[in-house]
Amino acid sequence: MNTEPLLLATPSGDALKLRPEGSWTAANVTTLETLSRSVGAEVDRSRVVTLDMSGIRALDTLGAWVLEKLSRRAASSGRSAEFVGVADHFSGLMDEVRQVNRHTPASAAVPNPVLLRLGDLGKATVGAREDITIFLQMLGALFMAVIGVLRRPRTLRLTSLVYQLYRIGWQAIPIVVLITFLIGAIIAQQGFFHFRRFGAESYTVDMVGILVLRELGVLIVAIMVAGRSGSAYTAELGSMKMREEIDALSTMGLDPVDVLILPRVAALVIALPILAFIGSIAALYGGGLVAQFYGDMGPAIYIARLHEAISVTHFEVGILKAPFMALVIGIVACSEGLRVKGSAESLGRQTTTSVVKSIFLVIVLDGLFAIFFASIGM
Amino acid sequence: MSEQQEEFAIRVRDLVVGFGRQTVLDHLSLDVRRGEILGLVGASGGGKSVLMRTIIGLIPRRSGTIEVMGQPIGGRTQGAATAWGILFQQGALFSSLTVRQNVQFPLRENLVLSQELMDEIAIAKLEMVGLRAQDADKYPAELSGGMTKRVALARALALDPPILFLDEPTSGLDPIAAGDFDALIRTLQRTLGLTVFMVTHDLASLTTVCDRVAALADGKIVAIGPMRELLQSEHPWVRAYFHGKRSQMLQHEMR
Repeated sequence: MNTEPLLLATPSGDALKLRPEGSWTAANVTTLETLSRSVGAEVDRSRVVTLDMSGIRALDTLGAWVLEKLSRRAASSGRSAEFVGVADHFSGLMDEVRQVNRHTPASAAVPNPVLLRLGDLGKATVGAREDITIFLQMLGALFMAVIGVLRRPRTLRLTSLVYQLYRIGWQAIPIVVLITFLIGAIIAQQGFFHFRRFGAESYTVDMVGILVLRELGVLIVAIMVAGRSGSAYTAELGSMKMREEIDALSTMGLDPVDVLILPRVAALVIALPILAFIGSIAALYGGGLVAQFYGDMGPAIYIARLHEAISVTHFEVGILKAPFMALVIGIVACSEGLRVKGSAESLGRQTTTSVVKSIFLVIVLDGLFAIFFASIGM
Repeated sequence: MSEQQEEFAIRVRDLVVGFGRQTVLDHLSLDVRRGEILGLVGASGGGKSVLMRTIIGLIPRRSGTIEVMGQPIGGRTQGAATAWGILFQQGALFSSLTVRQNVQFPLRENLVLSQELMDEIAIAKLEMVGLRAQDADKYPAELSGGMTKRVALARALALDPPILFLDEPTSGLDPIAAGDFDALIRTLQRTLGLTVFMVTHDLASLTTVCDRVAALADGKIVAIGPMRELLQSEHPWVRAYFHGKRSQMLQHEMR
């Protein structure tokens, strides 16, 4: 079926006779390109080019286009080219190919790379302002939704709230416990290892206690929740946006903020302090185990030292931050979800943006809280 | 090349396909002649798409044989892009690629050719399905339903496959666009000598473009032939399908 394509060129004075033979099909495209290039110079020299098509065994769009391109090249600048001996069953295809590629659109000018970078920088700057606007809009919309619920408590989507709590709170407990446990254990091990040189091993417990309760417990849990639940929120809302479910909600007279976003953000605000508490306890437990097996400090001494080292203030400082971090994660995740456009790529991009942005904001918020608590002496 | 291979593009024999306990296709046999447009009708959920997806190898079969262009089809479909083109119901365009890149994708993956020729072929295909060169740099999300179908058709035809599978090509199009699309399929089928296997509910498509129509009911092909013959069929499901209220107008046209 598939025979090797050939292109026989017979020049006679000003005229050139081209006789393609064999299968001019996509399967032989590499040969076809070589063949058409090899006669290019001869075609340019000749005034009259005749393409004798009678030798062609098989032809498809690609082969037809290669021949048509040769004939257009031959027919340029007042010269002439014609096809002869086109078999009946190929004539439809040849006629079709003669119509195409007549209007090549002007290719866009390649912009200066430096200007392109500057343009991107400018767009990013303007984009940052837009990000802040969207964040504040979402915060405002949530606030209004909360007021609406406070005025008419029956409008709270309780089922949805409980389901979200189950998903992002209850189901997250095992992984949160595991990771914070390991972090607590690692900090304690590092403390014992390095403080041992100064004979200050007992201060390891102070370090673990203060660090975990004030900073790490809540921070690690917030980062995990941003990755685990924030990304899920963005992807869910994004695909609902893509499939016009959110538009459907709006047309039924329901506010997507009430129905979808408030239960999700509220669940985060409730769940994150609980998870942070559980995580802190797991970290302290991990530290205690290391103290016993690595630092030769029994549980009783560990607990006694912990009791001396930490106060309720440390715990309060940590746990007070959790709801604010949850609010930031929830707002970023939901607003990024609503910014998803039609394509699958856009969904992936917004999910990445959501996680990166919420982790960044959580850390910035933690820094601001550190300054705040230091200045009020907590 | 034997005579038989020349005659039939697709031969399905005793095909059984099921999921779990449910049997969807029950010893189904079907021949698609080379160069014809075959329309397949059947109840929603009755196995039309299952039959198409089994032929192209997306669904495993329990028993039976499928030959495409005389070649038996195995479980997996390696190098299938040159054997057939498929137009999925929703277009299934790659959303991260532009229209041009979508059409070039089968070319790029299967052939070695210069970027210049690839661009020209892509534009040629787009113009053949009635789009303009300016549309080539759009993304699938920016296209209307009709344009998406046309781009998907251009991609399906990128390698000039001998067989084209269409899954409800006119669903979701307005009657004018659907009529244009039917005409386009007819033109391309004549120009490129395609065999077309079309799953459709569109009675107008069945009447105007299909050479033969096969009716799928109870997991079997219960009637096959030109539209006129199917209208005479005595099978209860076929009667219900073509003699329902919605079909009256079209039958009127046929007489």
